Amino acid sequence: MPFIPHTESDIRTMLDTIGVRSIDDLFDEIPVELKSRGLDGVPVAANEMEITRVMQGFAARDGKALCFLGAGAYEHHIPAVVWAITTRGEFYSAYTPYQAEASQGTLQLIYEYQTMMASLTGLDVSNASLYDGGSALAEACLMAVRAHRKSKSARILLPASLNPAYRKVARSIAGLQEFVFEDLPYDAARGATSLDCLRPYEGQDITALVIQQPNFFGALEEVDELVDWAHRNGTLVIAVVNPTSLALLKSPGQWGERGADIACGEGQPLGVPLSAGGPYFGFMSTRQEFVRQMPGRIVGRTVDLEGRPGFTLTLQAREQHIRRGKATSNICTNQGLLVTAATIYLTLLGPEGLERVAALSHARTSELLQALSRVPGVRGKFDGAHFHEAVIELDRPAGPVLAALAEHSILGGFDLGQEYPELSHCILVCATETRSQADIETYARALSDVMKSKRAA
Amino acid sequence: MSNIPKDLRYTKSHEWVRTLANGTVEIGISDHAQHALGDLVFVEVPEAGRVVAAGDGCAVVESVKAASDVYSPVSGAVTEGNGALADAPELVNQDPYGDGWLMRLRPQSAADLAGLMDADAYSKHLESEAS
Repeated sequence: MPFIPHTESDIRTMLDTIGVRSIDDLFDEIPVELKSRGLDGVPVAANEMEITRVMQGFAARDGKALCFLGAGAYEHHIPAVVWAITTRGEFYSAYTPYQAEASQGTLQLIYEYQTMMASLTGLDVSNASLYDGGSALAEACLMAVRAHRKSKSARILLPASLNPAYRKVARSIAGLQEFVFEDLPYDAARGATSLDCLRPYEGQDITALVIQQPNFFGALEEVDELVDWAHRNGTLVIAVVNPTSLALLKSPGQWGERGADIACGEGQPLGVPLSAGGPYFGFMSTRQEFVRQMPGRIVGRTVDLEGRPGFTLTLQAREQHIRRGKATSNICTNQGLLVTAATIYLTLLGPEGLERVAALSHARTSELLQALSRVPGVRGKFDGAHFHEAVIELDRPAGPVLAALAEHSILGGFDLGQEYPELSHCILVCATETRSQADIETYARALSDVMKSKRAA
Repeated sequence: MSNIPKDLRYTKSHEWVRTLANGTVEIGISDHAQHALGDLVFVEVPEAGRVVAAGDGCAVVESVKAASDVYSPVSGAVTEGNGALADAPELVNQDPYGDGWLMRLRPQSAADLAGLMDADAYSKHLESEAS
């Protein structure tokens, strides 16, 4: 198969056949003043040597900071073999192939991925992945409205303890379709959603309730109570989960009496390095009864004419290359490369390895919280259980303190005041298995020094 | 040659309509349509109470190769969707004019029905489509 689809002579032949002089003539209905003539401000191409120096300069500017920042993306140890295998030629394509069935290896890998994600989330089926955690939640909201045929309101409850970036993405994507998103306050003592704030909605037509576990503050929500309330109220439940945490915590399929209806989240913790916000990947799984409303690709296992096992894209009839404007979703692809890494990561660690990562991350965060709370002027903010993130409160605004820590090459956490004005003295801190006890002591010492200095007061 | 019962009315988009004794009508897809689609793997029928206009997409029939809309031949309020199809979509292939019905609805006006084709006209329509 030639990989340059159109040679000069192919193009000439096609243009001659239809009687057009040049490719530009095909676009002559676009007014000249609307066409861009070159891109101002974009420099001419740099050669490999030049661009390497530019990129090394950027990398040097980042430095080698000690990272206690999570807030949705997490630094975990990625065994070298994960990306050594992922970048092999056989896997190194970021896309599901167009002639999907020609690539049985790729399909088998996605099938294994789906199996592992369905198992982690405790639900029947997983898709082949989505773009990232935020867009996965937006798709889950759209899906809930499609799937819940009795609910006419398209009202969706979003807890304030849900990742603020996800709330924004859900609003920008699904908000265009006349959905009504309503915010639920968090309990000021626990940093989690309380059942009381759902009372005003009792008996009302609410399409879906979103529950993040662990929530944005790292705190654990009382998922069983919340799910049972939703189901009693005829409301679907969308779970937003951290896949690492599922090695220890109850899977969404087991929340409450009936389990969550849709689970989604950010797949980055599974073998994908922190990288300026992406590319990461989103995941989504659901119950069998909603599978036709699930966006994205799904790989199924089948047999060929001779009875040999094989893999195929399934349920494609609901996708946009067949259904056009009536497709279930405009998501027709997946994050192939990152899913490859995640599948190898999960395979390598196994359930026991993932559990150790989760347990160690939880233990390190508890140690971090204790160490930081001993610093004068610092205390833990919320009561109750957390996973691998927690909130500390300072006796002063957090921003200048974090800036001072950065000068010590420490990323001290997320300044919650950026998203929650009432938490302007609070920092969301995180420690995974990659942070040693010495790292934690380094942070506590630096914080203590910064708190003593007048500059950050 | 496909089966075209004489007692039913038809649309150009291959739906059939049967008038029931209580004044409601039963709607499905023709033998020709089920054959053209191939083995159905999923059928989505409307909920009771939904109001549809003639020509509105009101059900979806999905085969291994395509998903197609079924258009309501008449305007009215849906009284019942065929729930049996959720677990047995193959009924539409096996018995398109019987157990494979898709929905029942109460028509807004009888005039809509008069505008539909009878069996002879539908048969000619199929011939003209084939030629």
